[in-house]
Amino acid sequence: MSIPSRLGKGLLALCATILIGGASLADEFPADSTMHRLAEAGKVRIGVKFDQPLFGLRNLRGKPEGFDIRIGTLIAEALGLDKDDIVWVETTSANREAFIQQNKVDMVIATFAISPKRKEVVTFAGPYIITGQDLLVRKGNPLGITGPDDMAGRKLCVINGSEGRNVISRNYPKAIQVGFDAFSKCAEAVKNGSVDAATLSAAVMMGYVSKEPDAFELVGKRFTDEPWGVGVTKGDLPFCEFIEGTLRQAAADGRYEKAYQETVGKYAKDNPPLPPLDPCS
Amino acid sequence: MSAVLDNLPIYVTGLAWTLLLTLIAGSVSLLAGTLLAAARISPVPLLRAGGALYVHVLRNTPITIVFFFAAFVLPQLGISLSYFTFAVIALSLYYTAFFCEAVRAGINAVSPGQAEAARAIGLGFGQTLCHVILPQALRSVVPPLINVLIALIKSTAVASAFGVAELLSNAEALANAESNAVLWVLGATCLFYLLLTVPAGLLASYLEAKLVFNS
Amino acid sequence: MSATLLFDHPGPRARRRVWLFNVIALVAAALLAAGCLYALHQRGQLAGELWRVVLDGDFLALIGDGLLATLKVAGLGMALSVLVGLALMAGLMSRRRWVRLPVRGWMEVFRGLPLLLMIFFVYLGAPALGFELSTFWSLVIGITLYNSAVLGEIFRAGVVSVHRGQREGGLAIGLTQAQVLRIVLLPQAVRRMLPVLVSQLVIILKETSLGFVIGYTELLREGRTAVEYLGGQYSIPVYTAMAVAYIALNLVLSGIAGWLERRLR
Repeated sequence: MSIPSRLGKGLLALCATILIGGASLADEFPADSTMHRLAEAGKVRIGVKFDQPLFGLRNLRGKPEGFDIRIGTLIAEALGLDKDDIVWVETTSANREAFIQQNKVDMVIATFAISPKRKEVVTFAGPYIITGQDLLVRKGNPLGITGPDDMAGRKLCVINGSEGRNVISRNYPKAIQVGFDAFSKCAEAVKNGSVDAATLSAAVMMGYVSKEPDAFELVGKRFTDEPWGVGVTKGDLPFCEFIEGTLRQAAADGRYEKAYQETVGKYAKDNPPLPPLDPCS
Repeated sequence: MSAVLDNLPIYVTGLAWTLLLTLIAGSVSLLAGTLLAAARISPVPLLRAGGALYVHVLRNTPITIVFFFAAFVLPQLGISLSYFTFAVIALSLYYTAFFCEAVRAGINAVSPGQAEAARAIGLGFGQTLCHVILPQALRSVVPPLINVLIALIKSTAVASAFGVAELLSNAEALANAESNAVLWVLGATCLFYLLLTVPAGLLASYLEAKLVFNS
Repeated sequence: MSATLLFDHPGPRARRRVWLFNVIALVAAALLAAGCLYALHQRGQLAGELWRVVLDGDFLALIGDGLLATLKVAGLGMALSVLVGLALMAGLMSRRRWVRLPVRGWMEVFRGLPLLLMIFFVYLGAPALGFELSTFWSLVIGITLYNSAVLGEIFRAGVVSVHRGQREGGLAIGLTQAQVLRIVLLPQAVRRMLPVLVSQLVIILKETSLGFVIGYTELLREGRTAVEYLGGQYSIPVYTAMAVAYIALNLVLSGIAGWLERRLR
């Protein structure tokens, strides 16, 4: 027997061990649970964003990267699955609820803010991070903007159909809204002075500041609270509790911190603990 | 239903911006398109080649990319304007190519004898074009021009992704705010667009029928 | 009418004038281009490292994937639009009023709606009607609804432009209305319609880029994601590469059409 084929046999044996290991993990879950189904299928579909820096952003090789992706990987690992067993499905802000309801994904981790309206159709595990809307301005803040109140009569860049745009329309109607479909355009508009500021979740905007620290800065005062959660099928409480358990365990053994530090934390320069988790409902 | 009726003013403001975009960009590109068509049939080879190049490049580029260049490359060149103006520029640049082709098709439809007769009585290129060819081309060119105009009305929707609060942009904001009535909100938006495009389409059919009858 | 009919063969003076205009046009174009390049250079937009990204292997692979996704939607969209467009045309040509009128109404409506809105509507509306559509099919259906209406009108105009004697001759030898349309009128009309048809197919290819509203990942969206990943300073090189890709694709399409047109003659 030649050496390569012996190596091949060894690999095969290794794979078999892993597979058997996976199967035994499936047996640890109640037979009719989502965890059991996923572990046995050896595949999990996770809905994520493909265009959000630091959270879910496709790299040039077409693979998503970011904090949301790391959280998804943690959960998959707890199911006894490997990185390669995860199918990343792109979700947009408009279709996250629909994808869960129509069972196109097993869970959604896509900068998905927990809100009473959404809770009517989706069960949330988490929050796994708490962020809020902030303002992005040109480096040095030449207009001295301290918060959304200063935006009256000034141009504020918003994303069409985003939570930020709704908040501005509701609470700060005097700001002149300039709407785009992607935040990179807002960032460019801030940079070349076409608008005075842009608004989005602070955590995402940090990615833009980090890439071009000579061009941007954040005002640093969040004017909303956005807890982001993992969305699962409405009423699947065992799966929700399993995810929350996984998050707690990851926080306890340092994997949560590591995931944060290697993505958002690189730029945020902070180290927030896992937020207190809401009870599953 | 109430989601639509309560927000009627938002629709109407959006509609006004859409209309304004259409009117300004339509006038600019009709004028520029006619000039470009003249360049494409002029005696000067370089003008002809330049005109052809412009038409080929613009007609084969997605309008989203044209918008991108207007809104984000012009500021890099030191040109700082409102996003409404950028949208007008993008739409005008793009539709100049289409208006040019429609006008050129109209010129081609005029009987060659007309041009020959004009030259025979000693008219130059400019005179032949302005006094003989274009007035006659205008007749057959009106329906296709209106079709280009309809396309322009609909293309203004792309401006929603580039900082202009026109009809679609306002509708998207409404759809998000009234998330339980999304289909109503979008349906109403369709009606508002049809308010602009259907009369234009009917006018084109009517003119076409009339012109065919006359000739 | 060819362009040369509009002016006399240039004599010595006219040749000088043409030459002068040539120079003016050239200088004006050169000045404009130089001005733009200089301004871009001033802002560091022409730096080699920014532009080298368009030759990066991963970037090219990404663009390749996008191209494939674009071609898939465009190909299916074109085929369906032509088929449905032919059906609509047949409806328009019907002698029965109750067929003609609804078809005309349908076409006016779908010709008059922005495609962006229609794609959105199909994607969000289908679940409300109780069935699911993928982003791919939503895009294909949206494109077909709109372009079949436009193509139907183009086909009708082409058929109408065929000399009426052809139709009468067909009917006289005992063909039915449908047979006349299929065997006599359409083959002659197709040759005439080809240029308009091709420019509409080019439009379909470009319209696939509107899939971004529902998150269908095609060429332009791949480019946008690449800009998000690389940073805004890369936007000019990336979007220029996108424009070149679309223009090349459309030139190929126009080339095939030109070849087809010559074959048909």
